[in-house]
Amino acid sequence: MENNMNITSAQYNADMDGNNSGIKATIDGQEMFVPLDLANRHYAEILKQVEAGTLTIADAE
Amino acid sequence: MTKARQLADLGNAYDDGALSNRNMIINGAMQVAQRGTSFTGVTSTNAYHIDRFETGSGDSSSQFTVSQATAGLNGFANSLKFDCTTAQSSLGADSRVFLQQKFEGQNLQRLKKGTSDAEKITVSFYVKSTKTGTYIVELYDNDNNRQISQAYTISSSDTWEQKILTFDGDTTGSFNNDNALSLSLYWHLVAGSRYSSGTLSTSWTSTTDANRAVGQVNLADSTSNNWEITGVQLEVGDTATPFEHRSYGDELARCQRYFYRHGDFYYRKTIAQSFRTSSSDVEGVVTFPNTMRTVPTFIATSGTNYYRDYCLGSGTNLSTVGAHNIYVNNAVLQWTGHPRSAGQAGYMRANNAGATVDFDAEL
Repeated sequence: MENNMNITSAQYNADMDGNNSGIKATIDGQEMFVPLDLANRHYAEILKQVEAGTLTIADAE
Repeated sequence: MTKARQLADLGNAYDDGALSNRNMIINGAMQVAQRGTSFTGVTSTNAYHIDRFETGSGDSSSQFTVSQATAGLNGFANSLKFDCTTAQSSLGADSRVFLQQKFEGQNLQRLKKGTSDAEKITVSFYVKSTKTGTYIVELYDNDNNRQISQAYTISSSDTWEQKILTFDGDTTGSFNNDNALSLSLYWHLVAGSRYSSGTLSTSWTSTTDANRAVGQVNLADSTSNNWEITGVQLEVGDTATPFEHRSYGDELARCQRYFYRHGDFYYRKTIAQSFRTSSSDVEGVVTFPNTMRTVPTFIATSGTNYYRDYCLGSGTNLSTVGAHNIYVNNAVLQWTGHPRSAGQAGYMRANNAGATVDFDAEL
């Protein structure tokens, strides 16, 4: 409970087949590669902020 | 303590099924500090500093230096120290600062929580602070939103004291048997009225924030304040047994289930053997020393010439490294390397003391 991560950007990474394989995010000022795993605390927080409408995940390039 | 008392305590520990591996805390002697040993300006975000111990705060203008300190306590070389560097004498309602350790549910099944046989839990630790008075320790059940708190008193300034707190077992709400967060052990250090305006909840109950940290002193009310802790043990039953010392290697392995620093500030340390997928697209596999709790987040520092790629005797400096195909046991790093041919092998190393490559699977 009670995470207060400051997430300022999020963008999907795509693998060679074009499938989303993770999220490149800036969290608390640091660039991170976040896996799409619900047990990962960073991914869980990204989803929470998306659901709250305070964060949008950009499409992969 | 008399020999008879020691034998009686040992008997109690035996009855509780906890003669070995009885300390459920990881890194309780504050030996392991993979991320570094001193962090200044610690303020309003949750962050890990000394391994497995998370610092948290909210709505607070106070700042602390959090460090792995020399304990100066017989039997303990290290402690975790909060040193207030920016004071906040007047707290907002939501102000708070705390230290916590989080536990996976699958490691808590021995507590039998949520059954009629629920076990008592004893937390013991050594603490010293220049700020005397009442402090609050809390167990928080994240699966069922329940909690219980107890107060302890620091009576002598800047003097190590051992505190032993026994919490009742909870017959309501079992812990999930999985790798997710189930229990948090909090040491409150600052608590605004949102967390302290009620009556301290000394029995397990559904959470009411106002009852969680009633009576907590304000460690942030002066830059003269500091607070240190070591020798932390959480065990089954109503008896505090002597601290279960473990080797550095044992504690490090336990910590690396949650966080692994592959590059560790060591200039010229090899990070990965590599192969080229094209003339300059390079990949290398990193294998973790332990299976991590879940698929970790990859975090690498970046900066001019932080890394250096080598192939066939020539090298190119890099500022950043990426990753893909991350699993609980390994990950593939990727970077733009020295121009060569696809299929050729090489390696990549740290080229700056600030280069770090981390994998984070903390709760």
